[in-house]
Amino acid sequence: MGDLISAIITVVVAIGGLLALLGGLYWLTSKLPKKWQEGARSWVFLLPTMVALIVGLLIPTIRTIYLSLLDDNGKSFVGLSNFKVIFTTRGTRLTVFNSIVWVALGTTVTVIIGLVVARFADGMRGEKSAKSAIFIPGAISLVGAGIIWKFVYDGPPFEVGMLNSITKSIPGLPASMGGNGDRIWLLERGFAGADPPGSAPGFNTFLLIVIFIWASAGFATVIFSAAIKGVPDELIEAARVDGATDRQAFYKVTLPYIRSTIVTVATIVTIGGLKAFDIVAATTGGRFGTSTIANEFYVTKFVQGRGGLGSALAVLIFVLVIPVVFMNRQAQKRAEEMMGA
Amino acid sequence: MSMVDPTLAPAATEAKTPKRKRPLSTGQATSRSLTSRPGRIIVYCLMFLWTVPTFGILVSSFRPEIDVKTSGWWKWFTDPSITLTNYRRVLSSAPGDDNMAKFFMNSLIITIPAVVLSVGIAMLAAYAFSWMNFKGRDWLFVGVVALLMVPLQMSLIPMLQLFSGGAHIGSVTIFPDLNLVGTYVGVWIAHVAFGLPICIFILKNFVSALPKELIESARIDGAGHVTTFVRLVMPLSVPAIASLGIFQFMWIWNDYLIALIFAGRDKAPVTMKLAQVAGERGNAWHLLTASGMVSMILPIAVFFALQRYFVRGLLAGAVKG
Repeated sequence: MGDLISAIITVVVAIGGLLALLGGLYWLTSKLPKKWQEGARSWVFLLPTMVALIVGLLIPTIRTIYLSLLDDNGKSFVGLSNFKVIFTTRGTRLTVFNSIVWVALGTTVTVIIGLVVARFADGMRGEKSAKSAIFIPGAISLVGAGIIWKFVYDGPPFEVGMLNSITKSIPGLPASMGGNGDRIWLLERGFAGADPPGSAPGFNTFLLIVIFIWASAGFATVIFSAAIKGVPDELIEAARVDGATDRQAFYKVTLPYIRSTIVTVATIVTIGGLKAFDIVAATTGGRFGTSTIANEFYVTKFVQGRGGLGSALAVLIFVLVIPVVFMNRQAQKRAEEMMGA
Repeated sequence: MSMVDPTLAPAATEAKTPKRKRPLSTGQATSRSLTSRPGRIIVYCLMFLWTVPTFGILVSSFRPEIDVKTSGWWKWFTDPSITLTNYRRVLSSAPGDDNMAKFFMNSLIITIPAVVLSVGIAMLAAYAFSWMNFKGRDWLFVGVVALLMVPLQMSLIPMLQLFSGGAHIGSVTIFPDLNLVGTYVGVWIAHVAFGLPICIFILKNFVSALPKELIESARIDGAGHVTTFVRLVMPLSVPAIASLGIFQFMWIWNDYLIALIFAGRDKAPVTMKLAQVAGERGNAWHLLTASGMVSMILPIAVFFALQRYFVRGLLAGAVKG
């Protein structure tokens, strides 16, 4: 209770203080010569934003780039050698591979499932509940999602995992695919006889990506569904009159029409995949070859205390996000030109 | 309707209800549903797949410890036994118990002020970017939007250093050591800083689309910026503020990384505690399910209660990317 009361006092004091400060500064602007007033008042409105963004984002970003060029103690300049370490050490190189698989597979499947549900649920009886069902996982935390799926993937000594009992009930399934119902799914990297080397993503990474898809598909569905409803009826009906089937109308009219939305959703999911941390941390902690760049960033800096390498991993995420955003912009422009034509 | 030539029917409906789309379950729709029967089956399968894992943990959370550990949750249907012991255990503050109630409270203490502050500050900025004139306005807005690209991870290390040691150039202190790690204040600041770009982006899109004549006539009538903002722009923006507020609420409630770095064990939100319980009590499945449900109940309730606003918030954030 004491916590709550002191938190409330802090909030009231903080917000009151902020408002008083801004009000005071705003009042001061009226003492300025008329031609400066409007500009000064704008800056009063922007003051909290600017302070928060400069202190919380801009300077830290620059500093992280700087720290990535220093050694792990932040003492001496080492150039790009932290980045060299990422790509030459087997463990960290695997995290980069894993992240690429997360993005490629996670984004593709999420977008496809989003489109499938948005298309087939459109106008269906129970459309709302269908979309809600797909969306619920998106409302809960990724940590919670990880816990839920740990329960699915659970293996010995507790034989309560759903996946094991499913694979066990399939007759003739080899033990390497869980036929005995005793697989420890999140630990084992091999599957169906294939045994990926330590430098390649294992099957357990794919199981984690399933969680990511499960958590993201609702978002894609909601956005696509709104976009599909925004396709003008005249276009669909014109295609129908010309003899197009439902399927043809979808592929030739609807999909091109919502193209820029697809690109946007793909971009957002891709960035989500690059930042994938919670799911990995809550399930395997990045062990058994499942780490991603974002998880490795956390472990390297905040568990092992290696500042240089940790910063370099953060910069790597940033560097990978930038081209995705620019590709998004390019694709948006192309889509707009197409629509204009 | 049924008398009309089927090819004309949609056009007729269109004319009557220009906004609403294809008719849902009229005669014309039968051909639709026939062609899409496989589609409906796919949707039903996905619905099932998407719900089952959550449902499993929900059922398990009410099963006795021995059942949870010895049989799968689906056995509950043939051998139903219900108990609230798991919930009593995880919510209890007795030594050795997880005291989830306290961490649930922590989540509220973290989330609500962070949402109010980020949306409020973003609202001020959105107004300035939309309706005030100052040099470099457009460039500055582009700069704010560009910060959307910066992943959270880029600021965590320097921000932690700032919170735990201040900032110094040589012997000159430019930011005092406020020791903000492990306090709510540190977590609030982090959430506000990281959330501002998207909040400003969404609110600016809305606020700048308000009718120009309305704002200008208020200004001509002698209303200052503060009056215009408080009396006119704020009330008109309630739908956007509500959508964004819910969006931010979900985001901050579900956050794990920021909490992990800035909150410390005592002020941890419920997500962080859940991950910790999972790590430390790997075998206490019966408690983990109940803890999981405690951490999820509020966002799920918010989603169902305020679905429309929430979806609107999502759309606003995604439309322009």
